[in-house]
Amino acid sequence: MAGQFVPIPGGGAAVALDEVEISILRSLAVQLLELIGPGEEPAKGEDPLAALFAEGPSEPPSDPALARLFPDAYGFGDDTDDELREYAAEFRRFTENDLRTRKREDGLAVVRTLDALAATGEGGAVLKLAPDDCRHWLGALNDLRLTIGNRLEISDEDEGEGLYRLSDDDPRKPMVMAYLWLGALQETLIETMTP
Amino acid sequence: MSVAPTEIELPESAEETFTVPEPDVPWMTIVHNDPVNLMSYVTYVFQTYFGYSKDKAHKLMLDVHHKGRAIVSSGSREEMERDVQAMHGYGLWATLSQDHA
Repeated sequence: MAGQFVPIPGGGAAVALDEVEISILRSLAVQLLELIGPGEEPAKGEDPLAALFAEGPSEPPSDPALARLFPDAYGFGDDTDDELREYAAEFRRFTENDLRTRKREDGLAVVRTLDALAATGEGGAVLKLAPDDCRHWLGALNDLRLTIGNRLEISDEDEGEGLYRLSDDDPRKPMVMAYLWLGALQETLIETMTP
Repeated sequence: MSVAPTEIELPESAEETFTVPEPDVPWMTIVHNDPVNLMSYVTYVFQTYFGYSKDKAHKLMLDVHHKGRAIVSSGSREEMERDVQAMHGYGLWATLSQDHA
């Protein structure tokens, strides 16, 4: 079956993708990049080093999918008091920008490797990833599944249940198909990376 | 060599310098269950980041899955902040806490 990563002897992983799959993956990665945002580019004439010292936000993102990608580091549910909220805000100011950069780099690596493929392939092609790009892909696939899972409001009770039984005219069906497909890609990619 | 001061400056108020010392209780990194992350991925992260054996990583993953959360590391607050940041980088939902409740 297509859509499964296999290990490359000597390191890395490969997967056969057809034209439609390439275009869906690229489009999802671009959407993820748009969601994560462009990052803090220094304005023209501004010291580019300033970005290194710029503080991140104190508040969690209002978008629930982004809030899942960038969760609070302190406090859990009702146990969260004012002191923990202040700790969480401080942690966020010092870490969220770096975290966004990392997630952006993962998404960009997906787009870059797919574009290199599209330039050479006719119709379908075999995507070959070096070990570094495997790690970027693994991160991006996971962030995509977290984001789509959040949009689909997937909960533990859905596991293997309702998701597979949606009728064809259910508006969630395409997203669910993508979610399950990304899961299979991620699962087989992990297998190639686990000794 | 220096000469000891003959007069020692006293703090302006005793209250200002009196702080409750942080109890010497280690901090913990806690990973919470979520319905999306793959079990194999969570195991992979515990192996890759913490360097845990496959067995230990697998057991911790099962704890997260069945008990809703698991303590995956402990140490100073600074170290735990680093671990939590790394977990967030991998997309795992983690918090740090000093509570042993």
